[in-house]
Amino acid sequence: MGLSYRDIGLKVGLEVHRQLNTSHKLFCDCPTDPIESGEKVEYVRRLREAQSELGEVDPAARFEARRARAVVYRADTGNVCLVEMDEEPPHQLNEEALRIALTFARMVGAHPVDEVHVMRKIVIDGSNTTGFQRTCIVATGGSVSIRGKEVPIQTITLEEDAARILEVREDSVVYDLSRLGVPLIEVSTAPVIESPEEALDAAASIGRLLRATQGVKRGIGSVRQDLNISISGGGLIEVKGVQELEEVPKVVEYEVRRLLHLDKVRSELKARGVRAADVLGETERDLTDLLSSSRSRLISSWVVKGGRVMGVRLPGFGGLLGGGDVRLGKELSDYAKAWTGIEGIIHSDELPGYGLTSEEVVAIRTALGAGERDGFAIAVGPERRCREALESVIERAAVATEELPEETRGAKTGGVTIYLRPRPGAARMYPETDVPPTRVTRELLERVEREMPPTLEELAADLGKRYGLSSQLAWELIDTEALEDFRKLLGTGVQPSFVASLLTETMKDLKRSGVRVELIDLQRLNDYLRLIAEGRTAKESAREVLGYLANNPNSSPLEAVQKLGLLAPRLEDVEREVEELVTRLAPKFQDKDPFGPLMGELMRLYRGKVDGAVLSRILREKLKERGVAR
Amino acid sequence: MSVSGYKGKLGEILESIGAEVGDEIEVLTGDGRRYVGYLMSRTEYAAEGLITLKLRNGYNVGVALDDRAVVRKVSKGRAPSFTREELPPVNPNLPRIALLGTGGTIASRVDYRTGAVRPAMTTEDLLSTVREVAEVANVESEVLFSVYSENMTSREWDAIGGAVHDRITKGYEGVVIAHGTDTMGYTAAALSFVLQRPPVPVVLVGAQRSSDRPSSDAATNLLGALSVAGKAPFAEVVVAMHAWHSDDVIAVHRGTRVVKLHTSSRDAFQSVNSRPIAYVKEGRVIVKAEKLNPRGAIGYSYQPGFDERVILLKFFPGMKGSVLQLLAERGYRGFVLEGTGLGHVASSWIPVIRQLTSDGAFIGMCSQCRYGRVNMNVYYNGRDLLAAGVTPLGDMLPEVAYVKLSWALHRTSDPDDLREIMLTALAGEIGERSMPLRTSWSDEPWA
Repeated sequence: MGLSYRDIGLKVGLEVHRQLNTSHKLFCDCPTDPIESGEKVEYVRRLREAQSELGEVDPAARFEARRARAVVYRADTGNVCLVEMDEEPPHQLNEEALRIALTFARMVGAHPVDEVHVMRKIVIDGSNTTGFQRTCIVATGGSVSIRGKEVPIQTITLEEDAARILEVREDSVVYDLSRLGVPLIEVSTAPVIESPEEALDAAASIGRLLRATQGVKRGIGSVRQDLNISISGGGLIEVKGVQELEEVPKVVEYEVRRLLHLDKVRSELKARGVRAADVLGETERDLTDLLSSSRSRLISSWVVKGGRVMGVRLPGFGGLLGGGDVRLGKELSDYAKAWTGIEGIIHSDELPGYGLTSEEVVAIRTALGAGERDGFAIAVGPERRCREALESVIERAAVATEELPEETRGAKTGGVTIYLRPRPGAARMYPETDVPPTRVTRELLERVEREMPPTLEELAADLGKRYGLSSQLAWELIDTEALEDFRKLLGTGVQPSFVASLLTETMKDLKRSGVRVELIDLQRLNDYLRLIAEGRTAKESAREVLGYLANNPNSSPLEAVQKLGLLAPRLEDVEREVEELVTRLAPKFQDKDPFGPLMGELMRLYRGKVDGAVLSRILREKLKERGVAR
Repeated sequence: MSVSGYKGKLGEILESIGAEVGDEIEVLTGDGRRYVGYLMSRTEYAAEGLITLKLRNGYNVGVALDDRAVVRKVSKGRAPSFTREELPPVNPNLPRIALLGTGGTIASRVDYRTGAVRPAMTTEDLLSTVREVAEVANVESEVLFSVYSENMTSREWDAIGGAVHDRITKGYEGVVIAHGTDTMGYTAAALSFVLQRPPVPVVLVGAQRSSDRPSSDAATNLLGALSVAGKAPFAEVVVAMHAWHSDDVIAVHRGTRVVKLHTSSRDAFQSVNSRPIAYVKEGRVIVKAEKLNPRGAIGYSYQPGFDERVILLKFFPGMKGSVLQLLAERGYRGFVLEGTGLGHVASSWIPVIRQLTSDGAFIGMCSQCRYGRVNMNVYYNGRDLLAAGVTPLGDMLPEVAYVKLSWALHRTSDPDDLREIMLTALAGEIGERSMPLRTSWSDEPWA
């Protein structure tokens, strides 16, 4: 890339969302953990756009309403009650969650508001049973510093987590309600981040501070980053749902690449004299008869079912639709897919292909009146859907001649983003009249002050002092969020530094070599460490045993140790073996020290079964008895 | 006059800078915080000394103003204006239905700045907020009055009854009444006695989730009610509400058999000692009951009027019979008792009851058990109560018995006539056969 991020005016704002580990949900008394009672409820709802007094309907709400899908909700009454089902008004704002948010506010120097007002943010994709998400500002201001740069915090809010999507069907969408209502803290920064690396640092820094509150959940799905990205002259792009920290810089890089490409295409279209009005003047044509004998499987599979093939000319777009991983063609088809749900959209720059021959492409061009400089798009599916899809294509292509539009996009893996919906307007927020405002009293602030958890630096120092952990190991525990497990596992009596490295280095290592370590739960880890503490197996067996446990989720550590032949022999048997060895081999060494070679022999026999330290102690004793030890 | 909801010193400050609700103002607090946002109104019971601001990002926050705070008006707010979407075309072939509003916000618009909900009850507003209405019926709507249903009295029942009668005589093909849900069951019972053997369906409908939220049940209930009013082959007074948590089925309950059994759930309304007479699914009316009053029935009779000297009393252990005495002294002439079990009150009540009935008061017995019928022949106490002049009211719901007695007392004060009216089924309020609550027990909660 020839241009620097600064040259192109890259501005990134972060929204870090993190689930809070409170005892109950934000507006009801259900537990926040997905407890299953086995009692299930499944019901169907339809959400409607509610019209604003201002006569405005939110563009994002309209987008969802246009798709008008039924929403199927599944709930287990173990952690879902009538509140999540939208069958009972919300209870009071969870004070424990409020305290955690205030704790974070204190850490970053943000100012709490005097009264917290709960708002309804319209979201009618079905992810909230009410049709809105409850959200409230707890504090504003403050900052985090990354490499000497201050990144201002704009708002710290508390909000309800949304229901988890299970399945998207043709005319309905299925959600699970377990997660709905779990408290989320959202930390939004000002859009002052100017490179992918800074974005990563800011996200990591906010993440560490959130962990320091000791009130956040850990593990998959507990963190989500949204990024607001723009470059000079372009609309704001909101990328939703970046789960992994490492993905943050990749998303920024991808978006910059995409925006720059679309900007280049726009310039080229301008140079060619293509105007939005020309594009909007195009109408779709039916190509079904023309292609009825095509050998393209995509086309024939629909034609058999009574579907149609329709096409539209994109005047002046020839050669501008294709490209690498970022290309206008993908934008057009993603857009049409999001608005109409259609799958089969093909553009001219990827033809011949999809089983369509060059002769057929020529025939399509002729039928659509598309010359060399023109592009075209074709849609395959039910007639109405084809028409709507091609109208969406035209709409998006017309915009491409004029601007880089603001959009809400979703994050896929590898930094790739995909069009989701239009950006919501200001018309989407209004007060939650069912929840009275909560006064942030002096007593509450004093309690938060009194209960401030230690900073992570203090925590790391304390781990070193208390358990003799190296600074690196202590930070590793903190950063991998294994501290809680570490504390629990100390109860086994195994040396703290071993427990710490098992939880961090060993786990990371195993994960890297493809072992599914998430399948080893804390209980089995605990049982394994107990075996070590009791001398029934050696520390050296860790990698093998954990690998076995991951592959055999139903096996106990004892079974694993037995199966792997790593069960320690009884101590008297070991002692007898050592004695024999000493008797047999010690004389051979005469005046040389036999310890090293004999120890090597013992390790070969007992590696992973008996702790090396124990072997060494026995060997020294036996050698001393024989009078050969120094 | 102070700024909406702002009292005392704060009200004075806001007034002095000429700030009104909706204006953009800037606040600098004594501890150095700065907020810019639109001034919002405060509710009557909100804490004092704070202002509510809507920030530019749409969030509201409450800011406490102490003596050092500085408030400045930034700009005048713009007045909300509502631009209505183009109305859907009217289809003259659809049934002509009257929609009467009584105060329920069955359809409403929300002001996103304040969260205030304004009912949308003109025909035009309704069509623009629930556009599917135009596909179901030709609706002509009128707001009769606007009261919370807990504030209704028999005067409102008569006002509604009169308005429905007017629409019936004008030849509407059905009448829908939008009603607050709290006492909708009582009104349904009242209309069942006022409008006897009506020629068209009379449908009460409400919403358990207000229509300012996208998940509101108002629109689906309303469309279901309009389907019944326009298409049902029967002409009964009914309540149309969600059958369950799902939005797909609307249950149609007989007006004399329906009770609000849940404080908040969409399926709050249930038929008790009876089953729904019909359901609406995907716009189709599926009739389940037999011997219903048919659409176009002859013999319609309009019988308005209620007597207020009637009371519904729930008996509880330890309750004294002198309560009845006191009420009688205050002029009450009709008593519906919600007794225990099969229909009992403490035997210590017997002398008072005997006294009142011999003075010509009517005392009817229902059960506080939600389901089942009274039978006062099973225990001695029941027989003694019967002998003292109590009239057992079968499986009539206590609320319905109360409404019916009020209606009957307006017609006669003769105890024998009252007894006869109360024991004659006029609108399906009495059933002779009791059915099991459930027809299967497949959940196996013990498993």
